[in-house]
Amino acid sequence: MATASSAADVVTVSPRRLAWQRRRRSLATNWHIFRHNKQATVGLMILLLAGLVAVISPFVVPESDLDPATATGTPNSPPSPGYPLGTDNFGRSVLDLLIAGTRVSLLVGITATIGAVFIGAVIGLVSGFYGGTKIDLVLNALTDWFLVIPWLVLAIAMASILGPTLWNIIAVIAVTSWATTARLVRAQTLSVRSLSYIERARVLGASDWTLMTRHILPNVWPVIFANTVLTVSIAILSETTLAILGLGSADAISWGRIIEEAFNAGAMTNGYWWWMIPPGIAIVLVCLAFSMCGHALDEILNPKLRRG
Amino acid sequence: MSLRYLGKKVLWAFLTLFFVLSVNFFLFRVMPGDPVALLARSQRLTPEAIEQQRALFGLDQPLFQQYLTYLGQTARFEFGSDLISGQPVWGQITARIWPTVLLVGVGTTLAVVLGVLGGIKAGWKRGSRFDRNSTYGSLVLYATPEGWLGMLLLIVFAGSLGWFPSGGYASPNAEGFERVTDIANHLVLPALTLALAYIGQFLLVMRSSLLDVKDEEYVDVARAKGLADLQVRRKHAVPNAILPTYTLTVLSFGFVLGGAIVVEAIFSWPGLGLLTYEAIEQQNYPVLQAVFLIASFSVIVANLIADITYTYLDPRIEEV
Repeated sequence: MATASSAADVVTVSPRRLAWQRRRRSLATNWHIFRHNKQATVGLMILLLAGLVAVISPFVVPESDLDPATATGTPNSPPSPGYPLGTDNFGRSVLDLLIAGTRVSLLVGITATIGAVFIGAVIGLVSGFYGGTKIDLVLNALTDWFLVIPWLVLAIAMASILGPTLWNIIAVIAVTSWATTARLVRAQTLSVRSLSYIERARVLGASDWTLMTRHILPNVWPVIFANTVLTVSIAILSETTLAILGLGSADAISWGRIIEEAFNAGAMTNGYWWWMIPPGIAIVLVCLAFSMCGHALDEILNPKLRRG
Repeated sequence: MSLRYLGKKVLWAFLTLFFVLSVNFFLFRVMPGDPVALLARSQRLTPEAIEQQRALFGLDQPLFQQYLTYLGQTARFEFGSDLISGQPVWGQITARIWPTVLLVGVGTTLAVVLGVLGGIKAGWKRGSRFDRNSTYGSLVLYATPEGWLGMLLLIVFAGSLGWFPSGGYASPNAEGFERVTDIANHLVLPALTLALAYIGQFLLVMRSSLLDVKDEEYVDVARAKGLADLQVRRKHAVPNAILPTYTLTVLSFGFVLGGAIVVEAIFSWPGLGLLTYEAIEQQNYPVLQAVFLIASFSVIVANLIADITYTYLDPRIEEV
């Protein structure tokens, strides 16, 4: 009798509902692990704070405060009650610049990462799915090439040709940083592809598209997700490097751009530390936070990495 | 090493190089406009002058013909002339190459030595105070923009303390031995910036590969034989864990140029990096094109060296 009643239970619960129950449960477990990881918690708090600043920045810092023509402070003055982080050479408040820069730097970092991860995931998935074929050979060679190419030099060439707008910088960073994701996704796809449930789905008549998107992608997704979080810090650092070299977007103030302006105004020789140091610290904190969260996610989502 | 493996690797290097050449050609010629259009953007040219320039660059030829011409010129090290000074680009490159080699050589060597020693110490005593501090330190350095790091060192050691010069390669009037110490003095801050920027990756890679071999049976056997802890580490664990770090080291020497651009720009170190920085400011495309080619070439060569020497160090690789 017992078996009969449990069979009846199974029938009343639809597979979809079962799947969602399972997902909710594993999400709860993962959140539990994440929350008890000290690094991950600190990282997440920093990111939430940075995200909050980025969202409210247009309401806190009016456009006119960022315009060199309408700035009100005395140029190059050290921190004072009115200007907690001093002013730059136009008399703009460095704190205001920093708050506005949070929005731009996060926007560039996250958008470029989404672009890079999208390209990398598609190429890695297709390459791995058709592993061993000509398609794989070509895509893999392309990935290899982007892995060995000195990204900064390629980025410089592209950025100086395309011109320094925010979206061009984002595109340049995305195009030069997808290869690692593609490599990881391909490896994971190759190992998932050989599992027997894929064989089964194929025998049942699933098309390549269905196999890739409905059967393989869900199993590759954790790798993509953890990798995405790690890629953001690389993208933010890339933007900083390009900005310091004078290839930052001319129409938006990012943290890297503040550093570049400070450097060009001789902040180092003149001792304007309040102008140059804060944006760098902001970059270090946010990149560190993304890395800490990314490593924690990597450990949670790839249980093989968990060491005793 | 089998000839077949060697042949495969060399062929791969050539294919990659060919691809680099093609990208280099199309990126600068086809994407936003040809060199003359770029030239016309920065200077006012009459239509006749534009036509004349187009003929000079061979832009009136079919694209494929241009491509072949370009390949031939590159093979003869003809990279065209600088848009600003009119000097041949190749001459500028050769004049700037040694300062970069010196800077990156010293900086990378420092990073490798300190990173490997630190990684061994950290990995061998996993969870110790040194391990925790060095791992956190590496993560922080990894998250630090190297240009900004260089500026910090400048403020502290050149500005406030005045221990080192704030930039450049050498003072103009130093001669003989004095010149050597003078260059060394100028070298300290940029090389230190590079070393700090790269030390983290060497430390973390060395640490994690040592962790991988630490629990292997042969390490237990060495211990069971009664060898001292340091002997086990030096003779049995480290040699088996050093390979990933070795590859990383060879590859980073390939990235010589890429790594030096920002640091050279900050410290006005007159190498290829500073040349690149100046070329960006002046929109000097022939120089950028040549720099891109040389940077890629050195990476390809470093990869080839890593692949080939690796099979000597670990013969199992070849079968894969």
